[in-house]
Amino acid sequence: MPPITEADEHQLDQELSGLDALELAPAPRAEWASRIWAATWPKLLAVAIALLLWQLVVWSGWKKPWQLPPPGPVFRALWDGLQNGTIWRGIGLTLRRAVYGYSLALVIGVAVGLLVARSRVLRSGVGSMITGLMTMPSIAWFPLAIVLLGGNESAIMFVVVLGAAPAIANGLIAGIDNVPPILVRAGRVLGARGTNLWRHVILPAAMPTFATGLKQGWAFAWRSLLAGELIVIVRGTPSLGAQLSNARDLREMELLIAIMIVILVIGILADSLVFGRIERYVRKRFGLVDAAGS
Amino acid sequence: MTTVSEPFQGTSSPDGSPASGPGTTGAGAIRVQGVSKAFGRGEGAVVALDRISLEVPTGGFVALVGASGCGKSTLLNLLAGLDTPTRGDVAVEGRTALMFQEAALFPWLTVAQNVSLALKLRKVPKRQRPAMVDELLDTVHLADFADKRPHELSGGMRQRVAIARAFAQDADTLLMDEPFGALDAMTRDLLHDELERLWVERGFTCLFVTHNVREAVRLADRVEVLSSRPGRVAAGFDVPFDRPRRIEDPDVSGLAGEITVRLREEVRRHATDH
Repeated sequence: MPPITEADEHQLDQELSGLDALELAPAPRAEWASRIWAATWPKLLAVAIALLLWQLVVWSGWKKPWQLPPPGPVFRALWDGLQNGTIWRGIGLTLRRAVYGYSLALVIGVAVGLLVARSRVLRSGVGSMITGLMTMPSIAWFPLAIVLLGGNESAIMFVVVLGAAPAIANGLIAGIDNVPPILVRAGRVLGARGTNLWRHVILPAAMPTFATGLKQGWAFAWRSLLAGELIVIVRGTPSLGAQLSNARDLREMELLIAIMIVILVIGILADSLVFGRIERYVRKRFGLVDAAGS
Repeated sequence: MTTVSEPFQGTSSPDGSPASGPGTTGAGAIRVQGVSKAFGRGEGAVVALDRISLEVPTGGFVALVGASGCGKSTLLNLLAGLDTPTRGDVAVEGRTALMFQEAALFPWLTVAQNVSLALKLRKVPKRQRPAMVDELLDTVHLADFADKRPHELSGGMRQRVAIARAFAQDADTLLMDEPFGALDAMTRDLLHDELERLWVERGFTCLFVTHNVREAVRLADRVEVLSSRPGRVAAGFDVPFDRPRRIEDPDVSGLAGEITVRLREEVRRHATDH
């Protein structure tokens, strides 16, 4: 057969790179400042509307001011609490528990998730139990935890771990279950078997769903923790939950609502700044876009 | 044009394990002798392949065409060592690489890393890999895209990365399962040229599965027509035309027309059978 000449090949080269260039036309990008503004103003507007509604309810006289104080005094109480350090101390205590409990849940959740995903027997037995555990309201664990471990930190940690670990394990298991079969097949064709297949194909491919599990686990941990701090008051630890409970006992409604705002803001920040970022990074890094590469 | 059914003794066992052999490209023949494959057991069993016999000589290019349900993908899985036949012998000399309709690149790796992983998995020492990756990407004209991620590429570019990755396996035999089926016509045309050029240059053995009869004639030395449910070799056609070819060559269209007629006969048979 006549050989393919150099001129032919050069032409093919040009055609291919021409087509590549045409298919990868860049998308227009908005400017940095305008993108930030576009993401921010709806949130600011929502906060403004919420404050306005709150003020309107107070003005309507539906509840007495000592029951439902208006935004002004609440923010003053918040400012005072931040100034004199009590709220900061509460934030520190509660966050330390959150980090500690969540870390423990992470270790346990990953270990259980890996075991269950790798073993068929464990999968059918334990797999459904993990999903069952996730539906259990964590507050229902407290009576048992208090009897078993006493009214102390351990009881709170116990419930935090029970709240978060199943979500984390579940994320890992679901991630492993949903690895696109074509990627596993491609890995096997390349000669990846056993541990290599797990390391190079299955675990990386499971990462996006696992990241969602991490985020969900955090939400469970945070809720369980605050429930725990309201129920199990450990002497000498003025955590956010303990301060909230205390403010109710003393009828300090401004402080009570101020602490609620702190709890809400921490939840939002952790969700968007920490876990939202992890999730977005992992989705991008591990390519949830076009998972099968088709 | 004759049906292929000459007897043949299978020599080596199907070998999908990539860890052995220095592997010089250019060797490797495929012999399939009386292979059947059934899924399930008893009355509910589905026979995907029924006494298929097929041969691709070393350095040959054979295309398999058939309608849905002809067991093409099953056959490729057997050849790639991903599955074992129920009956019969499958013999593939040397190492095999398998390409799919999807590029099946790992989305968390860059283009270069995808190719490099194939090298790593066949135990190429780490310091030799970068130079080899560069060379492989250059072969498929993608050297400029080494650091891109798969989702940043077009479908045709991804398939070229998949070709580079298959070459990284240093395979003697390239099995292709409708590799260009999902691409637009113009990209497919260019990839035909590209595959033909690589095949002429490197001389690997190629078994190319497709729905597209023209594509089969444009690329292959020989086209085998498979019947459906169960899959059997119904007819075989030699393609004697000079290379490089074009899909719009009158010779190519003429033979493709002839094969299509034969293929439709097969499809019609099902209308009367059932």
